Amino acid sequence: MIQRKNSRKKADLSQLIIPLAALGILILFNLIRGIAIGDLGFFSIGTRVNNDGNVVLAGNLISIIDDASALAIIAMGMTLVTAACGGQDISVGAVGAISGAVFVKVLDVFGLDKISAGSIIVALLAAIAVTIIFTLFNGTLVAVFKIQPMIATLILFSCGRSIAYMITGSATPQLNDKLINAIGKTIPGIPIPTPIFLVVIMALLLTLIFKVTNLRLYTQTVGINQGAARLNGINPTIIKLLSFVILGICVSLASMIQVCRLNQLSHKTLLDAIEMDAILAVAIGGNSLGGGKFRLSGTILGSYIILMLTNTLNDMSVKPESIKAYKAIVIIIIVIAGSPAVKEKISAFWKRIHNPSGKTVAGR
Amino acid sequence: MTVKNPEFNASRRQPMSNTKLLMLIAIGIFIVMYAAAMIFIGKRFLTVQEIFNLLNNNAYLIILGCSLTIVMIGGGIDISVGGVVCLTAMSVAKFLQFSGIEGPLGVILSILLALGIGLFFGIEQGFLVSYLGIQPFIVTLAGMFLSRGVTTMVSSENVPIKHEAFLEMKKITFQIPGVLKLELGAAIALLILVGMYFLLRHHKLGRSVYALGGNQQSALMLGINVKRSRFLTYVISSVLAAVAGYVFIMHASSGKTSIGLRSEMDAIASAIIGGTLLTGGVGNVFGTFFGVMILTTIQEIMAASKVQESYWQEIASGAMLAIFILMQSVVLANRGKKINLLSRLKSQKE
Repeated sequence: MIQRKNSRKKADLSQLIIPLAALGILILFNLIRGIAIGDLGFFSIGTRVNNDGNVVLAGNLISIIDDASALAIIAMGMTLVTAACGGQDISVGAVGAISGAVFVKVLDVFGLDKISAGSIIVALLAAIAVTIIFTLFNGTLVAVFKIQPMIATLILFSCGRSIAYMITGSATPQLNDKLINAIGKTIPGIPIPTPIFLVVIMALLLTLIFKVTNLRLYTQTVGINQGAARLNGINPTIIKLLSFVILGICVSLASMIQVCRLNQLSHKTLLDAIEMDAILAVAIGGNSLGGGKFRLSGTILGSYIILMLTNTLNDMSVKPESIKAYKAIVIIIIVIAGSPAVKEKISAFWKRIHNPSGKTVAGR
Repeated sequence: MTVKNPEFNASRRQPMSNTKLLMLIAIGIFIVMYAAAMIFIGKRFLTVQEIFNLLNNNAYLIILGCSLTIVMIGGGIDISVGGVVCLTAMSVAKFLQFSGIEGPLGVILSILLALGIGLFFGIEQGFLVSYLGIQPFIVTLAGMFLSRGVTTMVSSENVPIKHEAFLEMKKITFQIPGVLKLELGAAIALLILVGMYFLLRHHKLGRSVYALGGNQQSALMLGINVKRSRFLTYVISSVLAAVAGYVFIMHASSGKTSIGLRSEMDAIASAIIGGTLLTGGVGNVFGTFFGVMILTTIQEIMAASKVQESYWQEIASGAMLAIFILMQSVVLANRGKKINLLSRLKSQKE
């Protein structure tokens, strides 16, 4: 309650302060560390020639942004669901595995050795359709049966990967094709990795939808006060279902990217534990996890922060299994900095600096 | 277990509270499940010892269920419990194996170590959630990452325990006349269950947890120290998780990094099946107990029914979960309507 009141009081852009500060500190830290050890490899952006003989952008920063693509796309959908329902979908990883399985299965029907643009489009559309069915299942439980989102999505969280296994079987099909590489890595002639483009396209598409339609306003209204939304003629059920549909599209797109990047499908490891990272990206981006106001730019920034953090820790030769512990400490610091209690303290401190006479500021 | 208390009901002027109704549904489902197990699998399930086996094998899950029940009644969530179980089990194993302290002293120190880990996580998470007002999901997610990460720092390999006094303690079982056997861990779990019931029902803290989960503003107006009560729910939850970790290591006697994977989800699911609402204010530890028993019975049935592929097991338990959740929601929705109707009639009379 207190959080929501606070966030509503603040101006829109103040939401981005915390993620931007976190990003700044991460960059500064790497800069100092890079100068100290005399190796600024973290910021390297260069070009290299890939296996097909094309010149592509390479380097640490590019690979961070590239790696974060699937996470950023899923986190965008998660932002909408969080804003509308006041809860999170924890089944995105499992549903992503189902989507990937459908994608590969349809490609397999056309023949894995003769992949064409047409078959990829059909496979993607089929994957999106199936994924939307699954997310709508979640959405119906949440919107119609009024079950808390975390619990409703617990069902698919626990059995989604098994459904993916049912679709493909135990095999882990390999996809080695130029077109698959064009989606997962780079298109010949364009040096920037394709997943980055897909993130940009998805972000622009959602922004366009928010600009043209009232979806943003409606979603926030439903998230802040469902009863008031209904009295104003907005149907909360449809808005919630719509947010789940958009999440479904995001998940299947992210799953396609990941399958194409790895050139293979494994129902166990595809988009593994991405739900936690996606929720984290939403939270780091300054969006309230209790629903209501949201900012896509914050979420996207949040997902890049997560990947940059992981990359920094990798750079410092932390054991891959132990990265989680350091990640947790950084998360705790970020959320403490953004917590309502600390914000109030800071603003009180700010006021005291501006009023040296010691008078309290009357009125609001 | 469902002792009727006429005075209590009369003072409320309600036929039955949501808490009790949901718990009764859970008990009913458990009986149906168990009867189904008896009919389709027979033999093993016909003995009383089978129930005790379920208890012995899943003692840690019962304790985790209790820890999540109190947090969820308070309107929060704690997904770090699985990680705390793993960290406790691993630390205890490592301590007993490499500290070189033999005898009962080593065991006592290891118990203190476990409780210390639980207290640390509880105080940290409780402080962040309650006094700094950060969303519990994020705080406990960080707790999960932290505990899992630290576990791999303690040891990333299996640590079998060969500590003599510990193994002696592990062997303690309670013989109930006949052939029934109850392990020490299961006895601890049952004790905690009863203790939590009295804490929630008859202690000031428990009552204020219900109040704050039901409506935080009203609880505040009633003069309940909301922040402190919420803080204590997280402390209790993490300490219980540490106890669960100790019970687990007593059962398994080997530390692994995979201990308690997804057990937080099992605990949440069992609390929900037992009738605890995530929105807070409604719940009962005995319901959670039956939730655990339902989940484990499903697993036993799946294991015994010769379904070889594990994915069918997962799909079946997912489907069961879906059915329970839907049924609860439908029951509660219809109940709400009735109550609304009654209050509407009353207001019309006035």
